[in-house]
Parts: sequence; C-alpha cells; structure tokens
Amino acid sequence: MAKHKTPLLDQLESGPWPSFVSDIKQEADARAKNEKGLDYQIPVDCPDDLLGVLEMSYTDGETHWKHGGIVGVFGYGGGVIGRYCDQPQMFPGVAHFHTVRVAQPNGKWYNTKLLNGLMDIWELRGSGLTNMHGATGDIVFLGTTTPQLEEIFWELTHGLEIDLGGSGSNLRTPATCLGMSRCEYACYDSQELCYNLTQEYQDELHRPAFPYKFKFKFDGCPNGCVAAIARSDLSFIGTWKDPIKVDQEAVAAYVGGEIAPNAGAHAGRDWGKFDIQKEVVDLCPSKCISYDGKLTIDHKECVRCMHCINTMPRALHIGDERGCSILCGAKAPILDGPQMGSLLVPFIEVNKDDDYQAIKDIIENVWDWWMEEGKNRERIGETMKRLGMAALIDAAGVPVDARQVQEPRHNPYIFWKAEDVEGGWDRDINEFRKRHQR
Amino acid sequence: MAFISSGYNPDKPMEGRVSDIGPRHFGEYLPPVIKANFGKWDYHEIIEPGILLHVAQSGDKTYTVRAGTARLMSVTHLREICAIADKFSGGYVRFTTRNNLEFQVETEEAAKELKKYLNDQKFPGGAHKFPVGGTGAGVTNIVHTQGWVHCHTPATDASGTVKATMDVVFDDFTNMKLPAPVRISMACCLNMCGAVHCSDIAILGIHRKPPLIDHKYLDNLCEIPLAVAACPTGAVRPSKVEVDGETYKTVAIKEERCMFCGNCYTMCPSLPLSDGEGDGIAIMVGGKISNRITKPAFSKVVVPYVPNEPPRWPTMTKVIKKILDTYAADANKYERLGDWANRIGWERFFEKCDLPFTEHLIDDFRDPAYYTWRQTTQFKW
Repeated sequence: MAKHKTPLLDQLESGPWPSFVSDIKQEADARAKNEKGLDYQIPVDCPDDLLGVLEMSYTDGETHWKHGGIVGVFGYGGGVIGRYCDQPQMFPGVAHFHTVRVAQPNGKWYNTKLLNGLMDIWELRGSGLTNMHGATGDIVFLGTTTPQLEEIFWELTHGLEIDLGGSGSNLRTPATCLGMSRCEYACYDSQELCYNLTQEYQDELHRPAFPYKFKFKFDGCPNGCVAAIARSDLSFIGTWKDPIKVDQEAVAAYVGGEIAPNAGAHAGRDWGKFDIQKEVVDLCPSKCISYDGKLTIDHKECVRCMHCINTMPRALHIGDERGCSILCGAKAPILDGPQMGSLLVPFIEVNKDDDYQAIKDIIENVWDWWMEEGKNRERIGETMKRLGMAALIDAAGVPVDARQVQEPRHNPYIFWKAEDVEGGWDRDINEFRKRHQR
Repeated sequence: MAFISSGYNPDKPMEGRVSDIGPRHFGEYLPPVIKANFGKWDYHEIIEPGILLHVAQSGDKTYTVRAGTARLMSVTHLREICAIADKFSGGYVRFTTRNNLEFQVETEEAAKELKKYLNDQKFPGGAHKFPVGGTGAGVTNIVHTQGWVHCHTPATDASGTVKATMDVVFDDFTNMKLPAPVRISMACCLNMCGAVHCSDIAILGIHRKPPLIDHKYLDNLCEIPLAVAACPTGAVRPSKVEVDGETYKTVAIKEERCMFCGNCYTMCPSLPLSDGEGDGIAIMVGGKISNRITKPAFSKVVVPYVPNEPPRWPTMTKVIKKILDTYAADANKYERLGDWANRIGWERFFEKCDLPFTEHLIDDFRDPAYYTWRQTTQFKW
C-alpha cells in the first residue's frame, strides 16, 4: 500500500517508455516486504517519501530539495553531495538524502558480480535508488544519511576496491567512449588513457584545489560519442595522419548494393539505391574524394570528418599513424555562454610506453596557468576567453600552429611586447624633441 | 534499526583506511570475445533496430543488443538486469553514454531471442522495462539531469519530461527511418549538468523571475561578496534593509539585469528563484557533437518558453514531435537536424515547423549575440 497518494506521477506509469515511477514503486514494495530480512540502515520508506515529495513538486511546480551543506568522507573534499528535503516533517524518510558519486569502470562495462556487489551496499545503506549513470559518468547512488557515508566508503574501498568520484572545484570523474574494446574507429586506447590519468590525478579528483570544476573526456575518434568537444575542459579526440585505407572490392560491393551503406543505419526507410557520388563524394566537406569505378582520396586534403568511413565501414578504415588531438575550454552556458573546445594540440602520440608523459606535461602546464590566473568559479574556457588563446598556447608549452584557428584575426590590435620590437620601448623624449618641435 | 558497522572506527579514522584507489580497471569486466579482440575490430553492421554486429580482424563476431532505460534505476531493477546478463550474456552488461543497456551475445539467433525477451518485460503499469532500439538513424535514449527528483536548482522535472517525450517519439527509438541520428537531451536548469547545448533537440528548464531575497537570513547563510561576484551581469550589489524595525546586511538586485541563470542562488541559498508560474522550459535545436560532414554546433533556442505542465508536458511534447516530423519529412539522407535548418534557412525552419518567431529569440547576450545577427541581404521571404 503506497504511503502517499501520487495521482500525477501515476500517469507516468502508462506509455511504452520505461517508467521511473513504476520502478520506484517496485523498490518501495520490495523494501516494505524485506524478503531478505535486511536491517536497513536508512529509513525503509525512503522510496515512498521520494515519490511523495516529487508529487508535491508536480503539484506546485517547484523543487523541494535544499541547498547541499558540507558532508563527505574524511580527507576528501568531493564525492558526496549533501541533500536535504525542505519538508522533512512530511517526508522524514528523505529528510537527509545525500548523493554518493562512485567511480565507474571506464567504458561502463560491468559484470554481474560487481553490479550485485554495488547493489548489496546500496540496498543496506542507501535508498535502493541509483542513476546509472550521472551526466559526468559516475555511478550515482541517490540518497543516504550522514552516518552511513564512512560505512559506504569503507565497504566500497575494502569490499569492492572502488573509490568515490569527484564533485566540487576539482577534477571530475573522467569519462571515455568504449574505444578499442568494441569499435573499429578508435584511434587510440581511450579507455587505458582515461584509466591512467584518473589514477595519476586521484589527489586532484578528491581534494578541491582548482578555481572551479575541470573535466577530461576521451573520444576515440572524431565521431565524438562522449561529446568531449562540447563538455570537457580538456578533450582528447582520436585522429590519424596517414591515408584512409581503401578496399576497392568492398567499395564495389557498396556500389553494387551487396552491402548496405552506413552499416545499415537507414534500414527503416526506402532511400533508394546507394548513390556513391551523391552520398559520399558530394558530401565530403573538403571535396577530396572522387569516384570513377574506383574510389580515390586525396588524403593531404582530407579533414578526417569520418563521413566516408561511417558510410562504408567495410571498405574504408582509418589510417595507421594514430594519436589524438587535444582541445581546451568546452563548457555549458553558465556563465559566459556555451563554449566548444578549441584546438590546442593538433596531434599528439598516445604513448603508453612512457606513461603518457607528453600528455601529462600539457595537462600540468595548463593547470598551473589556470590555477595562477583563473578567478573563483571561472572555467578554463572563460579564462582563455579573458586572457586569449595565445596565452594558453604559451602556458601549455605547445607550438603555435595555423590549425589552432579557423582564420586569422580580424582586427590589427596586436598586443606587441617590448621584446618583439627593434630597440624595445624605452626611448628618450629629449632625443625625440631634437627631431620634433613642441 | 541497529547500526551495522562496516569495520570503520570513527575514533581512529585513519586505521586501515583505503583511499585514492580510483575505479576498477575496465579490463576486468570485458566479455571474453571483447577482450580477445580489443583494438582489433574490423567493421560493424546494424542487423535490425537495437542489434549490432561487430566483426573482428580474426573473424570473431559479437552481437550487441541495446535497450533503453530510465536512468533512475532501483536495486531491484538492477538485480533484474544482472539476472538477464547471467542468463543471456555470460554475466556481462554495459551501459552506454546515453544510458542504454547493452548485452553481448554470440549469434544472431541469440540476439533476436534476447531482443524478444527484453521487449516482453513490462512494469505492472504497462511500460516496457527494457525496450530494444536506439541504433542508427533514429532517436536514442535522452540523456538528462536530476530535476525535481533530487536537485536544488531545477526549473522543471527531468525524469518526467523525458518519460513524456520518449513516449511520444517511441516509434523513432525502435525504428531507423530518420535522415540521420537525432540526439534529444534534457537539462533542468541553465547549469546544464546534462550539457544539452550541442543537441539536435534540447529540453531546457528555465526560470523567469529574479531571485527572492531572504533578507533576515542572507548574511548568516551567505558570503555577500561571493553572491555579488557570482552574478555575470552585475545585477547583485551589497545593501542594507530594514525589516520589522531591525537593520540587516543583505543584497539588492537590479531586476532588469537578471538573466535568471541562478548562479547567485548556487552561491547563496537565501536567493531562491524557483517559481511555480515563472518556471518552465525552453526548446533548443540544431546542435551536434560529431565532426561528421559539418562541424560540431551549438543548439539554438527556437521556443523561448513553454509552461511546466506535469505530469505529461503536452505543449512541450507537441512542439518536439512537430519539429521531429517536419525534419524527417524534409531533410536529406545523412543530414542532421541543424544542417537541414541551415540549408533551408532558419526563417523557413520556423515557417515549416509552425513556430512563431518572437523578440525573445534574438540574442542580446554580450559579443556572441552579434555573430547571430544577419549581415547580408541574402534572406528568404
């Protein structure tokens, strides 16, 4: 029997898409029955009360969660977000309802042993409700009380050997696409680089020391499945330098209709026979492809947009000279409007043999500059805008390159420095006056 | 309820403490065929909606069955997912960036059997538990934020708006008949934890009333200089106010400068701006992440406001469905929603999608606004 009447939420139980309302209700029922005889460590009826408080928001159109407050585990500044209900007397089960961020395995692969282990902890010590996963990538445990935080942390680290993720003004939990584990487009091992950097920067991840949040995201190729270019302060996007590999027999099979284009992605509608001229050659953004019974790519002019490869994945493969581009400064609109990542390093080798030292050097140079120059709550994208791309390039210690801009500057207001100019800036007014009367 | 100790001793917090170990290594959780062919994949195909085939250079094959989920999941639900993984996919399961589930199986028959099984699982209210789809030229799962379920700054709900939208576009989740993939994303306030600013269609919660000022408590709860510095438009300044005969240190707000971003509230809980009448949703379109053919692009606001209409947000879903259907009927193969709008021109986009163009759609925020005005006489009637 439901604890609160939820007529508005009940309407979200119908319709084909999975219903979070039905799921929360089933969890409420499971906890009420408690078939395993668990000694629940937070109120048994918290899923009921969560539905109750949500129904109240549906009625009056306003949230009923208060500002966080400082909660966490000893020695960390991040990983737990305090959350309190603003109607605790009505919904005591969720009066204290903190979020715990847990570090996910990169690429979000799991076995059921790990998932069940995580659920054992969260069933006993939390609400039994999760987000799989949060927008940044972590496993998100939704709702527990302060006395349980150290216990949860202990069981995560001792039992499952898993750590908390990041929150606050620190490195947020890095996230990657599934990369080489199941994708033929991966230009570098995005999962291994993500794992290595996550381990290297555990201190930055758990102890806020930055002006504001900082995100790394890793895309194995320019298709961008984890949206690195739009939402990470440093984006690592796979790319290559040498020619796309062409299998002319497979090209002929696409042209002949034996293989469906675009891996069959358009199968739901009759788009007519595949037309390589219209669908590949004419759509190439740098117009570097031609077809006359044989496909030719002028690879020097290719911008590696992926369209031809995506359209004919059995005929075309990425080149062998692989690495990644590094872009800097992407963020959502708060505060200065949205920003895309800007190209800082056109190409860098992703080299596990030297523990990715070249990449780490750039990261640490960029951080040093941002921590010195960045204002409180200023994302690095905003610092870049304020101080200029050239300042970032200089700080990062990377060469200036025409690839870093779409086009040269429109205005000639160049901030020349004294050392740029012959004779410097120190001049004698009396010498000047010898040549020019007052 | 008796307190159960994990072994943690609060009197000696450092005793036996393990910290800074990071995530488990992903290599422990790769299914055998994935592990054996890591970095050696040759090509992939979409067999039918929701079923992918990956073929390795070795000739090994693996079939992926993809299913949508509500991101908010219970322990009971996750244990059910584990039971499915144990039964069908050797105890392995994966989550995608867009909150879908993926199971690896060995044969096409097994994939189709699993697809049927997943599609047969329903909640008592009738909703699917694991609808299979989300591949190719269709709509995949909506990434979203917390909304009224668990956040202190939202202007709308996230799980509810997503459920309402996915119910309306469900056919495009289970089929692949659009000109290109359409990524719908949802963020419940301008903070955009969901980073919807580069989505084909974005649902964005917005506030429309300046913050309330809780004068009596503000100085106790907030650092006034931080609240002042938090405002990107300089609308907040320190002030003194007399309430009930007592003088309080507080802030004053130049309301006409407020753009309702909520950053002041994030720094100062005594400046709430949630409002049942003021809050609602903006619809944005035309963003993309991928570098394919055209460059990554920001989403553009095409509907400045629709009211919150829980539980099913009918005005919002009607607009989304209209945009999606118009795009589907009009765009070229491979053409993303924003590329279609750019090609036909945005004046034509509003006409075809039957949307009014209002003064709220002309950007007036700092320099970026200038780059959105038209500096040419090339336009369409």
